Amino acid sequence: MSVYDEIGGEAAMNAAVDVFYRKVLKDDRIKHFFDGVDMARQAAKQKAFLTMALGGPNNYTGEDMRKGHAHLVARGLNDSHFDAVMENLGATLKELNVPGHLIAQAAAIAESTRKDVLGK
Amino acid sequence: MSRVIYDGQAIERGDLSVLDCLTEHGINIPSSCHSGLCQTCLSRAASGSIPARAQTGLKETQIAQNYFLACVCYPEHDIEVAMEDGVNKLPALVSGVKHLSADILGVHLKPQHPFNYRAGQFINFFKDENTVRSYSLASVPELDDELFLHVRKVPGGQVSPWMFEHLKPGDQVQITEPAGECFYVPGKPAQNILLVGTGSGLAPLYGIIRDALQQGHTGKIVLYHGSTSFGGLYLVDELRTLAQKHENFSYVPCISESAVPEGYASGMVLDVVLARQADLSGWRVFLCGHPEMVKSGRQEAFLAGASMSEIFADPF
Ligand SMILES: Cc1cc2nc3c(=O)[nH]c(=O)nc-3n(C[C@H](O)[C@H](O)[C@H](O)COP(=O)(O)OP(=O)(O)OC[C@H]3O[C@@H](n4cnc5c(N)ncnc54)[C@H](O)[C@@H]3O)c2cc1C
Ligand code: HEM
Ligand code: FES
Repeated sequence: MSVYDEIGGEAAMNAAVDVFYRKVLKDDRIKHFFDGVDMARQAAKQKAFLTMALGGPNNYTGEDMRKGHAHLVARGLNDSHFDAVMENLGATLKELNVPGHLIAQAAAIAESTRKDVLGK
Repeated sequence: MSRVIYDGQAIERGDLSVLDCLTEHGINIPSSCHSGLCQTCLSRAASGSIPARAQTGLKETQIAQNYFLACVCYPEHDIEVAMEDGVNKLPALVSGVKHLSADILGVHLKPQHPFNYRAGQFINFFKDENTVRSYSLASVPELDDELFLHVRKVPGGQVSPWMFEHLKPGDQVQITEPAGECFYVPGKPAQNILLVGTGSGLAPLYGIIRDALQQGHTGKIVLYHGSTSFGGLYLVDELRTLAQKHENFSYVPCISESAVPEGYASGMVLDVVLARQADLSGWRVFLCGHPEMVKSGRQEAFLAGASMSEIFADPF
């Protein structure tokens, strides 16, 4: 069973998106990457992000992650920003009372995308 | 590269939307907003798969019948567009026109067929076969036997100035079925509701507020209506009277650029809201009007605690 299913699947995801995205938009280290992106559409993307990080159903490949973030890498996206997102992800899951071993699993999945997201 | 097939003709799509691709080849499909909001460009696919983005906001029944919005449709594979009319045109009678302020016209319409809608949804209004614009419904089906629109005169526009000049009682016009997600949903009568509008963005909000009140909503209902000047505000007396009658409804008219008389708040409507409504956790939020206001309003309401799924907006 994936972390995604264990924490309650799609329904839990909706609550998690709110908490996670609010953290990201308030985080001075990374919020500028989200300037100008339409919130309504962004919500769906954040959900895609979390679903993926938690091992839920998604069709993203490493190549998609590379392409999807290339314009951000061009704007200076680097390891420190990636770390900030990882931190927000961890804090979100903690806030939602997800048990520690599941948070660790989610972090490992998200971490595995680092090279692709940062275009290395 | 994928192609758009229409009337037996296959056209290379390139980077264009299905709408732009067809328009470029002389095939006219009515359109208005070009951003997937107004549903004027509703079309049906005879074959081919439709990207999810092109069906956002459509009803389940429409999705099941392969309807899609051509202006935001960029399919990866060939798609065949059905030839029949996408949008259903319905006749309506202009039953009254009335200036609500110097640049807002109140238009009353009587649909000639049964017409089911929720206050705050919008209809599309045909000036002629291919010139269509969306207008929100300020009327409430349970309270009003006509549809009310608030039309703001947009200088240099094709449709709104024409309505100011030519529309008169007795005219026969064509509209579409109502669409849109900006309306009151019963079931949480104690939830607090924040509504923020600029200009004619008051139209849907006026409908939503009266709908919520007539359905017995008990939570707070707070309306902020903004304009640059005193003259840009309208229905002020009606809204003040409504606020006197209903303890849970309050109304704050805001003026941003010119002199501010007593009883009005001073500043950009969103700034006034944020200064007074610091915590929006658990609130339902409606934002209508100026696209910039709606966009930052969405973000600010969200940061103030409103859930993304509880924020409804119509930018125009
Ligand atoms: C969901 C929704 C609900 C809406 N509800 C309402 C409502 O309740 N009330 C309301 O008043 N409006 C509403 N609108 C907006 C409305 O649909 C029209 O957009 C508005 O009335 C302007 O239409 P128009 O034909 O007068 O202007 P348009 O002809 O569309 O022109 C708009 C602006 O663009 C400029 N322009 C036009 N053509 C050109 C060109 N070729 N080059 C440069 N500039 C150009 C014009 O000068 C004008 O400033 C709504 C829109 C949507 C999407
Ligand atoms: C931790 C690993 C990450 C994963 C798994 C991930 C995943 C995703 C996914 C699935 C999308 C949606 C793509 C789409 O459908 O279009 C996306 C978009 C986006 N991501 Fe990430 N992401 C990660 C890290 C980051 C970081 C570190 C940043 C910046 C601080 C970032 C900023 C964005 C932005 C701004 C978008 C929207 C792009 C746009 O629409 O312009 N992401 N991400
Ligand atoms: S023109 Fe396509 S939805 Fe408005």
